[in-house]
Amino acid sequence: MKSALIIFPGSNRDRDMIKAVKKISKKEPILVWHKETNLPDVDVIIIPGGFSYGDYLRSGAIAARSPIMKQIKQAAIKGVRILGVCNGFQILTEAGLLPGALMRNKSLHFVCKTVKLEVINNKSDFTAGYKKKQIINCPVAHHDGNFFADEKTLSEIEANEQVAFRYANGTNPNGSLNNIAGIFNKEKNVLGMMPHPENLIEKAHGGTDGRTLFESLLGVK
Amino acid sequence: MRARIIVTLKSGVLDPQGEAIKNSLNALGFENINSVRQGKLFEIDIDEDDREKSLKSVKDMCRKLLVNQVIEKYSIELDDASKN
Repeated sequence: MKSALIIFPGSNRDRDMIKAVKKISKKEPILVWHKETNLPDVDVIIIPGGFSYGDYLRSGAIAARSPIMKQIKQAAIKGVRILGVCNGFQILTEAGLLPGALMRNKSLHFVCKTVKLEVINNKSDFTAGYKKKQIINCPVAHHDGNFFADEKTLSEIEANEQVAFRYANGTNPNGSLNNIAGIFNKEKNVLGMMPHPENLIEKAHGGTDGRTLFESLLGVK
Repeated sequence: MRARIIVTLKSGVLDPQGEAIKNSLNALGFENINSVRQGKLFEIDIDEDDREKSLKSVKDMCRKLLVNQVIEKYSIELDDASKN
């Protein structure tokens, strides 16, 4: 399975993501600079975390209007799997590839800790390796992770089973509506999530709960 | 033409920053505050004299970049720069 990793000015979790992809799939992801207007022919596109454009205007807003995003939108329509983590999630919502918006954390604090996630929908290329209702550990590190959507959009997200992960056991770190930590598009080929599965893939990280997502996504198992 | 674009959160969208500002104002002794909502102001100098064209252009800017209409709403004021 071939993958591409998109890099913006201010991306800073790209190296962790490259290592995770390489370690788990034994293949290097193709690195694509945001100003590119051509996207290589790949099965998986990953938008890593960070602070693209210093979070100017709104988190992810300027990156979402980068030249490469046109190609990413077309790839999404074709059914290419797209994963956005943290700032990648913010970019996908700003680009309109995922519904809702990620606002300032309710506490106003930057949160950096491990939370519990419940796997809500395991019928996707991203989450197939997990059991439904499985509780996993996952680190978070963000200032703007407070998921918001209007009532109508939120009920559509729930009805279409677009919720991939919810914060579990009272660990919602940011005030997200319905404890939403990660959502799919309607077609389930785009996933955005605030937690960082790439930072929990080996024993030295303190656990391997994030590894399963990459094994499913990259077709390793 | 100069445009001033005021962007605020839609009603019903929680504004934790506004809430923190309100608490701080309360702590300074301003107790007569019902609520505080924080927003953004953009001042854009446009190379265009026609009001209609300017307004159309600014609305387009709002839709395409300046405003996230999931959570925000906006209002536009136009000033003829030559009069200033």
